Amino acid sequence: MSCTGSSIRAFGMTEPTPAHLGPSGTVAPVEQAVDGIIPAPDRLEEATAAAGLELQVRSQWSYARRRFLRHRLAMVGLFGLVVIFGAGIFANFVAPYSPNALDLTNILHGPTSIGHHWLGTDEIGRDYLSRIIWGVRTSLEVGVFVAVVSSIVGLAIGAVAGYYGGLIDNLLMRLTDLVLTLPALAILLTAAALLGQGNQWRVSFILAGFFWTGIARIVRGVFLSLREKEYVEAAKASGAGDIRIMFRHILPNTLGPVIVNGTIAVAVAIITEAALSFLGFGIKPPTPSLGSLTAGGQTNPQQWWLTLFPGLTIVLITLCVNFVGDGLRDALDPQQRRVRA
Amino acid sequence: MLTYIARRILYSIPVLFLSTFLSFIFVSYAGNPLGALRANPRVSQHTLQLVAHHNHLDKPVVIRYFYWLQEVFTHKLGNSLLTFQPIWPDVTRTIGHTAQVIVISESLAILLGVAVGIFSAIKQYSVFDYTFTSLSFLGFAMPTFWLGLLLQILFVDIYLHWNVRIFYTSGLNSPGTTATWSIDRLQHIALPVVTLCVVSFALYSRYMRASMLDVINSDYVRTARAKGLPEWRVITRHVVRNALIPVVTVAALNLGGLLGGAIVTETIFSLDGFGYYFINSLQNSDLYAVMAYLVVTSIIIIVFNLVADVLYGFLDPRIRYD
Repeated sequence: MSCTGSSIRAFGMTEPTPAHLGPSGTVAPVEQAVDGIIPAPDRLEEATAAAGLELQVRSQWSYARRRFLRHRLAMVGLFGLVVIFGAGIFANFVAPYSPNALDLTNILHGPTSIGHHWLGTDEIGRDYLSRIIWGVRTSLEVGVFVAVVSSIVGLAIGAVAGYYGGLIDNLLMRLTDLVLTLPALAILLTAAALLGQGNQWRVSFILAGFFWTGIARIVRGVFLSLREKEYVEAAKASGAGDIRIMFRHILPNTLGPVIVNGTIAVAVAIITEAALSFLGFGIKPPTPSLGSLTAGGQTNPQQWWLTLFPGLTIVLITLCVNFVGDGLRDALDPQQRRVRA
Repeated sequence: MLTYIARRILYSIPVLFLSTFLSFIFVSYAGNPLGALRANPRVSQHTLQLVAHHNHLDKPVVIRYFYWLQEVFTHKLGNSLLTFQPIWPDVTRTIGHTAQVIVISESLAILLGVAVGIFSAIKQYSVFDYTFTSLSFLGFAMPTFWLGLLLQILFVDIYLHWNVRIFYTSGLNSPGTTATWSIDRLQHIALPVVTLCVVSFALYSRYMRASMLDVINSDYVRTARAKGLPEWRVITRHVVRNALIPVVTVAALNLGGLLGGAIVTETIFSLDGFGYYFINSLQNSDLYAVMAYLVVTSIIIIVFNLVADVLYGFLDPRIRYD
């Protein structure tokens, strides 16, 4: 974030300072660098170092990082996520009360400073702020588990299907069609009726079982178009094996879309878990989850805070994740050379 | 074209069989449809066995799937395993209610979304554009059930505080009335319609805006301007028409999400729709009713996707089906 001006240009060079002078202090012949039309990187480095300039070699990833750090909304989103998820991760230190502690003198109390129940209490006097913070933790576990597992599974299956084609590819496409042409929530609910209904890990497992298909489809698409490229052929000709070509030469090209989709999947998983819990097929009490907390509000429509705050937390998380996802999409697009100002 | 449609239909048949088979196994293992009967102390063990045998519940699940298929084709989706009443009348009744809500809310969402998308694109980076772009971000991030609950709480509280009934917060009609098109019905379905409308509106306005911006910068629009057409004519004849094409696909693909949203919305507002029917059946492990929902909605979604693809071909002559 501290870099300004010339240093952020492509192949940017920092202003010459004494520290950057070549070790010998002598000026190497500059013609060396221009004898080829495009100097080889090592020769360029040599020449610039000799001329008292430092060459910053930037990888694709460092460009992406720079673009991301300059994406304002993404930074806002990242900050929001750090705050909300940080509170969830350190729930046992941050939450003022235990999520199950009862305060029977303050039942169904609105947001108040009495007893520091900033977001009120529920029908058996549990502090609502604490329950929401613990709910964030549950939702975070679901979101991250689903995103990581579905990305890895989707990457592996999409890669194999796209690279080899044939039967595996056909099977995969039928499966993803199945997920795409069916009423997704209804299918999730039927799966949850059998496998879910319990702790967050079972629910996450079901969600991951559905979410990987989207990522597999994307990865397959990239593999399908890249496996015919000349550079892959060149790698083959030079004796690289299938595994090496897949992981070393094609896979890195899919990481951009996979990372973006994995990020968005965190938000989608959290919302879907909330919907499942709301309908009674997700995480069961007493584990606080943002969905079941929101659902709990329905029985007490006069106590608006019971519905408003957990839902608002979901909205904030989703908004922040979407901002970060947009920032990543812009940053990871290799076509984009410019660093956003 | 006809071979394309025929191929698409043929191709979705195995998908349907596979998906129903998997769901059948899921739902069968999830719970016993005779649980309620078993809990009744006046039902003897013998009767229970007879009922189970009559409904083939004593057979292995895979065999039962084929019995179910037989029911689907010979008895219009069969009888409920809970009430032993035919499922078909329930399906047609509830699907009508859901259709009413969905059609109204989608029409609103498309009209508003397209209009807002057009203006946002024409006045890009204006206050209007920023306001609605932010709102659509918000609409996307909002869980349907939360919005529904908030609306319900708001209107319940308005009623309790000032004794004013603007919109009803549960059911389809006031007791004693059954009219499908009446002020009373509209007061009942207004909140579910708004709840479903918001997410779709966010989706359509965003797509329409992006699609408009794509078209506005294309060469033929520059040509239209260069030959001296007035701006409104360029927009209405050259830009909007072409920008609408991708929105058709988005609207069709949105149907699956909409049906999911209907499950949630109808549950909140206790609306006697197809989604509410599904949730109740699932909670009671009413296997055949759950399967009826899955089959009917899958067919609807498949048909809509097909219609959208065919329509896309008509709207965009560059697309060829062969």
